Amino acid sequence: MKQANQAKQAKPYSDTLDIRVTDSSLRDGSHAKRHQFTADDVRSIVGALDGAGVPVIEVTHGDGLGGSSFNYGFSKTPEQELIKIAVDTAEQAKIAFLMLPGLGVKDDIRAAHANGASVCRIATHCTEADISVQHFGLAREMGLETVGFLMMAHSTTPEKLAAQARIMADAGCQCVYVVDSAGALVMDDVTDRVSALVAELGDDAQVGFHGHENLGLGVGNSVAAVRAGALQIDGSTRRLGAGAGNTPVEAFAAVCHKMGIRTGIDVLKIIDAAEDVVRPVMDDECLLDRMSLLMGHAGVYSSFLKHAYRQAERYGVSGAEILLTAGERRLVGGQEDQLIDIAVELAARD
Amino acid sequence: MTTAAIVGSGNIGTDLLYKLQRSAHIEPRWMIGVDPDSEGLARARKMGVEASHEGVDWLLSQSELPDLVFEATSAYVHRANAPRYAELGIKAIDLTPAAVGPAVVPPANLTAHLDAPNVNMITCGGQATIPMVYAVSRVVPVAYAEIVASVASVSAGPGTRANIDEFTRTTSRGIEEIGGAERGKAIIILNPAEPPVIMRDTVFCAIPEDADRDAITLSVKEIAEYVATYVPGYRLRAEPQFDEPSPMNGGMARVAIFLEVEGAGDFLPPYAGNLDIMTAAATKVGEELAKGISK
Repeated sequence: MKQANQAKQAKPYSDTLDIRVTDSSLRDGSHAKRHQFTADDVRSIVGALDGAGVPVIEVTHGDGLGGSSFNYGFSKTPEQELIKIAVDTAEQAKIAFLMLPGLGVKDDIRAAHANGASVCRIATHCTEADISVQHFGLAREMGLETVGFLMMAHSTTPEKLAAQARIMADAGCQCVYVVDSAGALVMDDVTDRVSALVAELGDDAQVGFHGHENLGLGVGNSVAAVRAGALQIDGSTRRLGAGAGNTPVEAFAAVCHKMGIRTGIDVLKIIDAAEDVVRPVMDDECLLDRMSLLMGHAGVYSSFLKHAYRQAERYGVSGAEILLTAGERRLVGGQEDQLIDIAVELAARD
Repeated sequence: MTTAAIVGSGNIGTDLLYKLQRSAHIEPRWMIGVDPDSEGLARARKMGVEASHEGVDWLLSQSELPDLVFEATSAYVHRANAPRYAELGIKAIDLTPAAVGPAVVPPANLTAHLDAPNVNMITCGGQATIPMVYAVSRVVPVAYAEIVASVASVSAGPGTRANIDEFTRTTSRGIEEIGGAERGKAIIILNPAEPPVIMRDTVFCAIPEDADRDAITLSVKEIAEYVATYVPGYRLRAEPQFDEPSPMNGGMARVAIFLEVEGAGDFLPPYAGNLDIMTAAATKVGEELAKGISK
């Protein structure tokens, strides 16, 4: 019980929840599905997650609103249509969406709002928070709940990350996430970053954590985040996400249950949903294989995985080498085009 | 010689001054700012240019007025200044996103707006990529074009950051109206890597499946060479890449063009090709306007 007491939040998320979990299998999982989700996929997954008590479900192209493109892959079904279906299907869960300034625009936020989504999540690279100010302003004006995403959080220091979190909070962001886009953080790194944000933000905004499994640490890192004061945690049922996938919601819910952390998620129902509903939608399991492990090891943006496979095949070069070069070039989220540039260069060299 | 004033004594204005001083057609005579302690104004004086911190009011009250004004302030300031220039018959080349006048991208429409009192330089991403969209669309119909501009974080100023939507919207419109694509999309990425990264641009164009690929490649290379005449650091990183239709490509055949824009290093550092291409394109447009004035 000592463990459980340690894990208890000084201040819980709400009267009934210690932390709030957001499932991102229909957003981060879009990468793994190469953005080919159908209306039926969304209807069945939202139905199952909502029935298991998942409080927030994120639905968007993997790269956020407006991500449907040559650079990131075109959506099979328009994301706004999928958002609307999710809103219509969910009985208790809130529907969230993601947007990246520089890629999506304010009109995309307006459309998602009109389709009934209620949580607006705005993501920037971890040192570029000031490009999100206008979007947080708009979201709050429209009455949307706001979440900020500081991506590739491993690539900067806890102090600098906290200063960027302050920019988002001052712009109207209600919860700033430490986003481990490369799955490169190990537990103490998470503790340091979440603690720094909690200290900086105080009562001005909550802190969240978004993990990937590229080093096999999604659940462990999320527990570390909760202990350091994070009140919101992301995961994806069955890990359905970029790279080796996200923190598995079903495992995290089970761990929280054992630790006495209230998530509001029915553990048995989410275990069933993972196996019976989400798995059949997936093309493959999200695995901790060579390519994804290399991403965690080298600090490479998880969404690059499928693109690296695709360019490796197209140009007959090593996918692992594409990823490692992406790491050396310090590419950030959104620079998928540069993977082609790397592959062309590798092919010319070989 | 056509005379010119630079309004705005920041980094862009200063870099522009270096380029205009090399021009055979334009004589930069005045540099205008609003801050008496401006480093840009002090530097301009050292370079032999009359500099004032008393703003456009001072410039427009002089007995001799410039033929051309290059505006490197902000959209807000340029919107206020533009009618005043026009009233006095001074042609304005606008490097802000104000878009008061028609946009000009040299390889596509350099001579289309010589009579306009005010021309706009769109965005750095637009100056870098619209030439390539144009290069493809003059060979085959382009139903959709998409550009990705990656720039060093430190080269994106506070104005760009505060209103990044303006960049994507303005550039998208330029891709359509000047590049000749039916539909355009622009993406900008800020990369904080140290040392700062050189501007990279990727241009994707949807093309017909039976497009003459050699003709597209030829056209792309020709336009890239033309841009390099006024932006020496503008180059193709690879041959244009052609892909068959696939679900990830939205069922469209496409060509992908990879560019790098290294700055001339006049005042701004070489990685800031995004800023260099703005001042270089503005100089190019100014020289074209100067030809008309000297006639």
